[in-house]
Amino acid sequence: MNTDDYKNVWIYAEQRAGKLSTVSYELLGAGRKLADDLGQQLVAILLGSNMRAAADELIAYGADKVYYMDSPALEKFADEPYARVLTDLVKEHKPAIVLAGATAIGRSFIPRVAAELRTGMTADCTGLDIDPEKKILLGTRPAYGGNIMATIICEEKRPQMATVRHKVMKPLEKDDSRKGEVMEKSIVESELTIRAKVVDIIKEMEDTCNIAEADIIVTGGRGVGCKENFALVHDLAAAIGGAVGASRAVVDAGWVPYSHQVGQTGKTVCPKIYFALGVSGAIQHLAGMQSSDVIIAVNNNPDAEIFKVATYGIVGNLNEVVPEMIKQLKNGA
Amino acid sequence: MNIVVFIKQVVATTNVKLDPETGTMIRDGVECILNPFDEYAVEEALRIKEKMGGKVTVVTMGPPQAKEIIRKTIGMGVDEGILISDRALAGSDTWATAYTLSQVLKKIGDYQLVITGKQAVDGDTAQVGPEVAACEGLPMIAWVRKIEEISETSIRAERLMEDGYDVLESPLPALISVVKEINEPRLESLRGKMKAKKYEPKVWGVADMPGFDVAQVGLKGSPTKVFKTFTPKRQYKGEMIAGDAAQAAATLVGKIKEMNIV
Ligand SMILES: Cc1cc2nc3c(=O)[nH]c(=O)nc-3n(C[C@H](O)[C@H](O)[C@H](O)COP(=O)(O)OP(=O)(O)OC[C@H]3O[C@@H](n4cnc5c(N)ncnc54)[C@H](O)[C@@H]3O)c2cc1C
Ligand SMILES: Nc1ncnc2c1ncn2[C@@H]1O[C@H](COP(=O)(O)O)[C@@H](O)[C@H]1O
Repeated sequence: MNTDDYKNVWIYAEQRAGKLSTVSYELLGAGRKLADDLGQQLVAILLGSNMRAAADELIAYGADKVYYMDSPALEKFADEPYARVLTDLVKEHKPAIVLAGATAIGRSFIPRVAAELRTGMTADCTGLDIDPEKKILLGTRPAYGGNIMATIICEEKRPQMATVRHKVMKPLEKDDSRKGEVMEKSIVESELTIRAKVVDIIKEMEDTCNIAEADIIVTGGRGVGCKENFALVHDLAAAIGGAVGASRAVVDAGWVPYSHQVGQTGKTVCPKIYFALGVSGAIQHLAGMQSSDVIIAVNNNPDAEIFKVATYGIVGNLNEVVPEMIKQLKNGA
Repeated sequence: MNIVVFIKQVVATTNVKLDPETGTMIRDGVECILNPFDEYAVEEALRIKEKMGGKVTVVTMGPPQAKEIIRKTIGMGVDEGILISDRALAGSDTWATAYTLSQVLKKIGDYQLVITGKQAVDGDTAQVGPEVAACEGLPMIAWVRKIEEISETSIRAERLMEDGYDVLESPLPALISVVKEINEPRLESLRGKMKAKKYEPKVWGVADMPGFDVAQVGLKGSPTKVFKTFTPKRQYKGEMIAGDAAQAAATLVGKIKEMNIV
């Protein structure tokens, strides 16, 4: 393989229900920098149906070019047609780098594309750089539950592929005067194999409550005491405009559904503010939240592990502290 | 219904220790466990078998010590275990692992369902499942939190998404990866433990798989390489806020407001 034949940085612009996911904007921010470092173009790939306006939006947020593949068959995410279309595009245009969000969608079908192209792939990166000499992608990611950071390279195969953790990369300001090219192509459904088909989509959470997307997460642990008392966590989340998270202990006790679980066997989150209320800070919990910008812990045990990672800590009874916080937040509004 | 479950032996996260000098992981004498997500995969396979009959086979690629996790699953009720172990596989990345496991599937031949865990908690990549599916041309349902219906020829399952879940239907054979929500794994039974003690898994090397291309695996066949590893630098300000509940809350809320996020 002649790696010099491969040029430009691609990002997969994720959409769900016809709406661009926030990670798509973050990828444009990260991809723009890589493309500029390489002196190459930033290209966004959009798969969907009736999403022409979103393609223009991708330009305004940093893309030089958009390949918009339009088909009713691409409206809902399914691994096989998405992988087929992206794989074929890569074969045709030969990008050097392909990035996608480390989301449920990205982590499901991007590895499939990598395997079909028989190239290397790095999962869930929190750092992306270009090696100044070799001009290759350096994808840095946490492993072993965040205990180790590893920088992964793919020197001899192309494209270099990676998924990127959401909330880590910064989007650019929108600029409607940016110029770019939208290449639109319709895909004939009958040309795609779709065996695993989506037959229903159940939305359980609004975006504001979705912990993967939220800027603020209020997590309650076993220290909250009981299911009824968990209302306090919801109240603080509502007062501050955040989503509700939970430790595994709380999920296992049945106080909160699994979709709220943060940690190694739950979700990895990276909000601007993370509240840990009555959470001890077990290593498996830290694995899912320790890269948050600001961590605020309330715990009655001054020796709790959570204080070792906290930006601000309050030693006290959460049943007293949290209602005061809610009161203060409402006062100042 | 014949089900193949891919399992991996991992270092328990609580035991991850770094050599302060080199920043590399200390592996000597650390406890290894069955990857937690794979326990759910095994449990789900056993439940399907109990309902529909058939056979559950676990497969792991790893060093000889990985027999331990095979024995654990035998104790839970698994029928057969295969260890894939060969010097040629050392240093394999997710592609090379997936290629190898797909060759195992080819050799097993008669299966209707493949189950993997969502991810292995050592590398945390979640890539091996989808890559095996690609190598074998299998349809895939990722992040399965519930199997709603399953027959000899089809499956209907719920895929966990960030904002809820999708329901998918697929013909079999297919590959699914499972999350923790799907079940509560059983403990090993006493009888199972007795059986497991004496159980010797099959061991296959690359030469046992017809058509295996050694150029695809090991350090050389792996497209990705670890460029460097290091201990994450954390810069926590770590400020404790004093005072009674009302004072502490007031100070904290003041700091939050300064951040201009709320
Ligand atoms: C393989 C594996 C995977 C795991 N995955 C996860 C995961 O994904 N996510 C996860 O969270 N855990 C996970 N765990 C579990 C983890 O090890 C801990 O058991 C769990 O995180 C503890 O939850 P907790 O902090 O809510 O409860 P506890 O450890 O019981 O802590 C409760 C805390 O609340 C404090 N407290 C009590 N009362 C009050 C009060 N009135 N006011 C203030 N503070 C109070 C206590 O001092 C204590 O620190 C996993 C474990 C294993 C083995
Ligand atoms: N060496 C291995 N042997 C068998 N199965 C594996 C191996 N590595 C990964 N898997 C399977 O693939 C899943 C995802 O692993 P990973 O991509 O490493 O996060 C795991 O939960 C296992 O089911």
